[in-house]
Amino acid sequence: MERGKLEFVVGLFVLVGILCLGYLAIKLGKLELVSGDYYELTADFSSSSGLKKGASVEIAGVEVGRVKSIVLNEDQAQVVLAIEEGITVYNDAIASIKTRGIIGEKFMGLSPGGAGDLLSKGGTIVDTESGIDLEQVISQFIHGNVE
Amino acid sequence: MSIIQGIGARVIAQIQEMGAMVLFLLRSFGWLFRPPFRLFQITKQMHFVGYKSTFVVILTALFTGMVLALQGYYSLRKFGSEGLLGSAVALSMIRELGPVLAALMVTARAGSAMTAEIGIMRITEQIDALETMAINSLQYLITPKMVASLISLPLLVALFDVVGIGGGYLVGVKLLGISGGSYWSSIESAVEWKDVYGGILKSISFGLIISWVCCYKGYFTKMSAEGLGKATTESVVLASVLILVWDYFLTSVLL
Repeated sequence: MERGKLEFVVGLFVLVGILCLGYLAIKLGKLELVSGDYYELTADFSSSSGLKKGASVEIAGVEVGRVKSIVLNEDQAQVVLAIEEGITVYNDAIASIKTRGIIGEKFMGLSPGGAGDLLSKGGTIVDTESGIDLEQVISQFIHGNVE
Repeated sequence: MSIIQGIGARVIAQIQEMGAMVLFLLRSFGWLFRPPFRLFQITKQMHFVGYKSTFVVILTALFTGMVLALQGYYSLRKFGSEGLLGSAVALSMIRELGPVLAALMVTARAGSAMTAEIGIMRITEQIDALETMAINSLQYLITPKMVASLISLPLLVALFDVVGIGGGYLVGVKLLGISGGSYWSSIESAVEWKDVYGGILKSISFGLIISWVCCYKGYFTKMSAEGLGKATTESVVLASVLILVWDYFLTSVLL
């Protein structure tokens, strides 16, 4: 095979391979090469049990961002949210950890509020609701402590 | 007495062989950084290891993805969670089956040919001829093959993953009637960068194993037709076994 043609097919192979790698890494692996279009908000929860890094943040069921990190901060779980630029969240917003279905994954539901001031980059959502501990609810039900 | 002597001789021979293999690897890599850089040799080897393997890789990937979707559907239906089929196919593809199956296919297709090619050159004294012409045989023959395998394997594995997930889509969505949206969204929510990264790391190390074992076996083949046949068999068996064993250790470390 002549040299030019050989180099062409190898180049084609490498290009297709890199395209596949890029698809896996960026589309499926959510690798962020440029992180420009997001701003961060923090929210403190008494328990973030079940919530994972990368879980989606939703307003009215529409995905508007992701959970960026979860760390312990003075007995509370400090959750950092990366919200898309252009989504407005006010300081009376409520962040709650919800479950998709009964055994589904945990995600963050936001009701953005509206009465207070606009939350800027790095702002803190004060009003939070931790997820329902299903086992506790069931045990309360079984032991008859439901009010 | 002679039994103990026999065991000792075996062990010493094994350790010597392992040492020779490591030295062979280090020498071949050492030659990578010394001129003349034989870039066209690398391109040629990538054509052989990478481009020519695409057909067989696409074929095996398609059927692997399809059978995964079929099997996954069968077991997930028992829990009424067919919606998770996409993540089941994609995770097993990206984390495990893609790297291992693609590496095994490349071993069978390209690895055996590498051993045979280098072995023939050894038997017909072409390697000695190269040395006589002051061309280092390691640099001319082995280093390009190793570099080409290291670059080609991750690309082939990425192709395998994508085609496999596509094959799963064909069977899961078009044949078994799962909704396409839930297939893709379950993939996107389940697959993390960690999974993709682990798969890439695995594929690179498999590329090293394949070229290393197959070139070594060919380079040090016995000077007979029988010896060459034995070297080819040994290289394919040893490379395949090493891939599976190394895969287990790498998975347990990466998990």
